[in-house]
Amino acid sequence: MAARGPAGTRGGSTRFAQFKLVLLGESAVGKSSLVLRFVKDQFDDFRESTIGAAFLTQTISLDDNTTVKFEIWDTAGQERYKSLAPMYYRNANCAVVVYDITQASSLDKAKQWVKELQRQANENIIIALAGNKLDLVASHPDKRAIQTADAEAYAREAGLLFFETSAKTSENVRELFTSIAKKLPLDQAGPRNPRAGGRGGVELRSEAPGTNANGGPCGC
Amino acid sequence: MGTSPDFSSASTHFHDRVYAADDTTPTVQATSKNGTSDSMTGNRGKDASKRAGDTRPATSSSAGTTGDHDEEEEQRPPLPPRPSLLQADLPSAPSASTMRPALQAKPTTAISSVDIQTLSFPDGTRGTFSTPASRTVSEAVSISAISGGQSTPSRKGRNGSDIDDATSLMSYAPTLRANGDLASLLDEGLSSQSPAWKLLSTQAETVNPFEKVDYEDLSLVDFDHEFDEIEAVDQKGGNEEELLLQWKSKLKHYLILSSAGKPIYSRHGDQNLINGYIGIIQTIISFFQGSKDPLMGFTAGKTRFVVSTDGPLYFVAISRIGESDAQLRSQLEALYMQILSTLTLPTLTHLFTNRPNTDLRRPLEGTETLLSSLADTFTKGSPSALLSALECLKIRKSQRHVINNTLLKARTEKLLYGLIVAGGRLVSVVRPKRHSLHPSDLQLIFNMLFEAGSVKAGGGENWIPVCLPGFNNRGYLYMYVSFLSAFDDGGDLDERPSTAHSTSREDEIAILLISADKESFFELKQMRDDLVKQLEKNGSMEIIKTAVRQGRPSATDIVPGTQLKHFLYKSRANVQFTMPSFSPHFSNLLARRRLMTLYHNLHASTHAKHSHLKVLHCVSRDSISLAWTTPVFEFYCVAGPNASRAGLAQGANKVIQWVKREEERVFIIGGAVF
Repeated sequence: MAARGPAGTRGGSTRFAQFKLVLLGESAVGKSSLVLRFVKDQFDDFRESTIGAAFLTQTISLDDNTTVKFEIWDTAGQERYKSLAPMYYRNANCAVVVYDITQASSLDKAKQWVKELQRQANENIIIALAGNKLDLVASHPDKRAIQTADAEAYAREAGLLFFETSAKTSENVRELFTSIAKKLPLDQAGPRNPRAGGRGGVELRSEAPGTNANGGPCGC
Repeated sequence: MGTSPDFSSASTHFHDRVYAADDTTPTVQATSKNGTSDSMTGNRGKDASKRAGDTRPATSSSAGTTGDHDEEEEQRPPLPPRPSLLQADLPSAPSASTMRPALQAKPTTAISSVDIQTLSFPDGTRGTFSTPASRTVSEAVSISAISGGQSTPSRKGRNGSDIDDATSLMSYAPTLRANGDLASLLDEGLSSQSPAWKLLSTQAETVNPFEKVDYEDLSLVDFDHEFDEIEAVDQKGGNEEELLLQWKSKLKHYLILSSAGKPIYSRHGDQNLINGYIGIIQTIISFFQGSKDPLMGFTAGKTRFVVSTDGPLYFVAISRIGESDAQLRSQLEALYMQILSTLTLPTLTHLFTNRPNTDLRRPLEGTETLLSSLADTFTKGSPSALLSALECLKIRKSQRHVINNTLLKARTEKLLYGLIVAGGRLVSVVRPKRHSLHPSDLQLIFNMLFEAGSVKAGGGENWIPVCLPGFNNRGYLYMYVSFLSAFDDGGDLDERPSTAHSTSREDEIAILLISADKESFFELKQMRDDLVKQLEKNGSMEIIKTAVRQGRPSATDIVPGTQLKHFLYKSRANVQFTMPSFSPHFSNLLARRRLMTLYHNLHASTHAKHSHLKVLHCVSRDSISLAWTTPVFEFYCVAGPNASRAGLAQGANKVIQWVKREEERVFIIGGAVF
């Protein structure tokens, strides 16, 4: 299925919405680990770098009758992939920008991503800032390089959701994605049956990047 | 390598046969031509030129050990002096005669019609040769072998072949010398096959290759630890000495550095540990570079160093497991291709033109694992890398036809190449008429997907920009990848294929869809969904999964009762190979390495420059083996040390007949083209 933009449904008493989410951040901060924890509830101590980008989906229930499906682009953090990033965030409804709380430079990189998103991405994009590797400072508090208060202040100023997370212990991982889901405009699209697919009144694929290809995307 | 004079008659026979084999080629080529303009054949010439030694300039005289004759590419150590009646094309090498003066009069190479009684050519014709008395015996042996499973050849047979052994065989033991040094091949082999030894060993039951530990051969003694990681040097450097010992105990090293001396990659040891060595090696290489006489390689003790220079990059392979220079060089070439695959050639050139001092580790960040898994594949020994050929999943021709058509039908506009790969074995491929796929490119892709864990471990679908240097080293293609497990039954299509829980690389089925358009992910994803649905519907998916689960047949499944324990068959025209399962005899790492070392030696001997060797029979203490090359195929096989030569030859013939019969099952001929 092609990716969809925000699509809400209210079939009887249930609502179903689907959103595109992109993960950005410096390499080795734990983007893939966060996703893997969220999607498969797994963690691997020795993860190799992501090559290119990975596409995953996960559905969560906000309450008894609200279901949100995330289509997640987990991007590689290396510099050489930077020029591909717009392809992944162009139609995103939400983004998680990740840094490593034990690496001071990774927050700077995260700030650059936030700036780029605010300038280039969808203007209604919801951005969450995630300071990952909370487990490392739990055992060795001196490893912390970025104070929670500093990052929080920055997040408030830039209008971002903020969490410190640990993909390893899964602390705050679900909370992070749930709070994003809650902030997303569930009612934006009109009521529809989730199973209606393309037969409903709304063309679901209108925002799929695949169909944009011919229309001349940014030529970066 | 020349035959010794006593066997000129044998070698004449042999030449007759070669011509006969030559005659068959036109037919074979014709078939491949009236197929789908098989452009995979195009790789043939390329391959051949690669094998024939790198075509790079300035390879003529090496700064290495020996003199300055032309075939110095191979770095052959000096040969012992010979009687003057030897052919003129043998390099007259100085010295080293002191090593083994006694060997001069002994017989040398293997070629003799005695080795193979009947040769069947791929077109079905047969050549028969008058053979000594052992002929009848050998047939008797083979019959009993077929009926009795793994029976030992009769004593009579052994005794009969003793005579031949003494007169016509080159005994051959895997050697640590850099490459096919005749003298060194002889020394151990001859002594190990002394009559007394033979008598002793025939007492034993059937022995499998490499079953006995050769206590003199310590070369692989640490192989079990070869892939252990070396820790980082701690801050005070206190553990450095110990780490250096570990580092030095590795049998194989690969180093990549820039011509300015910046370290780029080392398989073992972190930067602090190896920086000094990088400096030394850079100095040595630059010294020869400066004198316009590039260093190709050198030997230190039992260790062979091979150097290869590609633009601003130096590649060094350091090996104690006895590969030939040409083989090491092709391994280095593959590492270079991996770097190009990450960066593209223009980017690489640009980086170093702008700043010769560039630290390439940063742009390559995250791909170290790809380089390492490639390096480890070589160190473990890969038939695919050795033969520069692909392996296909064996399924029926009609089944492959259905899969090809399903792929073609599901094809979307943006698709360039579509592949279905099961555990590194190709199931099906669709490609545009004018483009073929290069084995070296597929090697990189398969390494990324099946050897390195990163893509699989992601557990989702992947979109990977990749430069395929054989296709075009100037730009990226975009590759959609998703995995299915052969052990997942029933397809819930909504459930995204995941692999995080998967068992081994052998069970992974990957769908690769390659496009030149970086925006085509969703289009290809849709194609993948349609394709999988269709394959499930027409039963092809089940066929693939069953074939994967079955694994490769064993040698005895292919030829019942054969003494062959393993073989490699490469079809030259198709650039593909087939082989039986490594288990049960070669399933552990060490046994497999020994087998691969033997294959490497056979391959090196038959591919040495100016060697017109077509059939090579080798006997050593722990195995007997055969290499056989024709314009149509390359064939290598191995049997236990007590197997008879006749049995080996017969097994070889049977396998070749089998391949001929199953050709369209074990190989993809042409593939689907649009």
